Amino acid sequence: MRYLALAAALLLLGTLPLWAGGIYYVNIASQILFYAVFALAINVLVGYAGLVTLGHAGLFGIAAYTGAQLLNGGHGHAAIAVGALAATLAAAALFAVLALRGTGIGFVMITLAIGQIVWGVAYRWISLTNGDNGVSISGRPSPLGLSLASPASFYWATLGVFLVAIASMAVFVASPFGASVRGTRDQPRRMAALGYHVWLIRFLAFLLSGFWTGVAGLLYLYYNQFVSPQAVSLTASAEALLMVISGGSATLLGPVAGAALVVIMKSVASAYIERWNFVLGAIFVAIVIFVPEGMVPGAVRLGSRALALGRPRVPAALPAADGEARR
Amino acid sequence: MSLWLVLAVNSVTLGGLLFLLSAGFSLIFGLMRIPNLTHGSFFMLGAYLAASLIQAGLGFWTAALLSGLLVGAFGGVIERLLLRRLAGAELAQVLVTLGLSFMVADVCLKVWTGDPIRIATPPALTGTARVAGLTFPIYRLAISVIAVAFALALWALLDRTRLGAMIRAGVDDPAMARVAGIRVSRLFTIVFCLGAWLAGFAGVIGGPILSVYPGLDQEMLPLALVVVILGGSGSLLGSLVGSLVVGFLYNFGQAMFPELAYVVLFLPMLLVLVVRPHGLFGRQPV
Repeated sequence: MRYLALAAALLLLGTLPLWAGGIYYVNIASQILFYAVFALAINVLVGYAGLVTLGHAGLFGIAAYTGAQLLNGGHGHAAIAVGALAATLAAAALFAVLALRGTGIGFVMITLAIGQIVWGVAYRWISLTNGDNGVSISGRPSPLGLSLASPASFYWATLGVFLVAIASMAVFVASPFGASVRGTRDQPRRMAALGYHVWLIRFLAFLLSGFWTGVAGLLYLYYNQFVSPQAVSLTASAEALLMVISGGSATLLGPVAGAALVVIMKSVASAYIERWNFVLGAIFVAIVIFVPEGMVPGAVRLGSRALALGRPRVPAALPAADGEARR
Repeated sequence: MSLWLVLAVNSVTLGGLLFLLSAGFSLIFGLMRIPNLTHGSFFMLGAYLAASLIQAGLGFWTAALLSGLLVGAFGGVIERLLLRRLAGAELAQVLVTLGLSFMVADVCLKVWTGDPIRIATPPALTGTARVAGLTFPIYRLAISVIAVAFALALWALLDRTRLGAMIRAGVDDPAMARVAGIRVSRLFTIVFCLGAWLAGFAGVIGGPILSVYPGLDQEMLPLALVVVILGGSGSLLGSLVGSLVVGFLYNFGQAMFPELAYVVLFLPMLLVLVVRPHGLFGRQPV
């Protein structure tokens, strides 16, 4: 049953450009996919490691800006990918060393401050980043000789990256490393007593998150062929966090659903209302008040409650503590 | 030579504004453990409200007082209606305060449009003063005096009054304070209103030198964060020292490396985090 659903989902995703009925929808789907990669990356920290970050747009932007500079410097596409990801990883390592001096709220505040500093560089260091005007690149790359110029081909390439990302997340969650990351979230002191190096585990989780954030940043650059300080702003970090939280953190599919929700809301909302930021803020407040555990686990909870209506009442376990909901 | 002095005066001025902003942030964080990301919005909202009140014919100081009170009341409403339900849930608090800051920013953009608004300097304080052969703008000196007065008043409040003793007890050990008969939840409201009021007031008196424009909130919030990271949360002295450090670095950084002013701020934060992760004057978390 599960394999059948997976095969159906793959088939639907793989053939999307053939039935989506227009370039507009294919482009929306591409955006959902690379934002989903971004959300999956943040979920490693927010969901599994229990470290809420508000500075990830900084890493996202570092990847995009580095990629754009290398591309405009005339480098090949392999060099761009390697260079941008290396720069992002180095920045992630630096951020992690700083941010992991605090946990809980301290971590949030430090990541927020660092993210704003990256924004400040993007906005003010005009000789490097061209300031508010941003950096544009001429044309999408053609890795391995495949052109990504058309929306459909870009979509398929993004889909490929997305599938690798989600598969790597599935492996990560099931791995001993994934278990130890969750351990540092739930019981850091016990983990330390058991001989685990809590700091190192968190640091590595941060690097994993940074790597996929960099990948998403590069895809963003290739998609838009442009990057500006807006991509690095606190709003961008918050949007990405909203994707994770709204979908359900510490679940595999939650961030993907959240990315879809936010991207679709944003495109639909911006067609009808100009106040996207207000809507974004209102969704934050509403989610916290009504479905604090996120849409996917929230739907599971509400669904099981609806199913349970016909049956005799048994004390329900919390969905978040359930192994199935986590996966 | 005089350029450096002017920069120094500007730094003290910015430090004073930052102190008003971050003292409230630090108190809220120290007492309630709430990372109040709407604090920058309080600052901006205070400035916008005062601009409108002044346009409606009120005097500068009346407007400053009134808009500070309005922002304080707004903070009280947020605390009572939203944050109260989320005690202990850090992530939820981060999301709600961040969401609110977006909503406030968007409403401000709609009401006051995107153009920067400059609040006129109060007439009594325009012009310059000559001290030891050098000229200083009086208003900037006045801001420094106000900040010092507020620092003294806050210190007296926290250190010399019954309410201050209760707040300190709440910061140290909320559960024990409750057992001792202190109504900690009422303290939360008082401190949150006080912090919001200070931020709103800072926005108003900062108006004549910074003006007020969309994005001011997101520019001030990280500065307050850096101050608190530097000085340590819940410490008044930490806020004061941190504010001055940030004020000096920001102004001198902007003068010497205009493109890197934000990065210069980063360095002391980095240093403090490495050497004293709980801040210069913060206490080791238990």
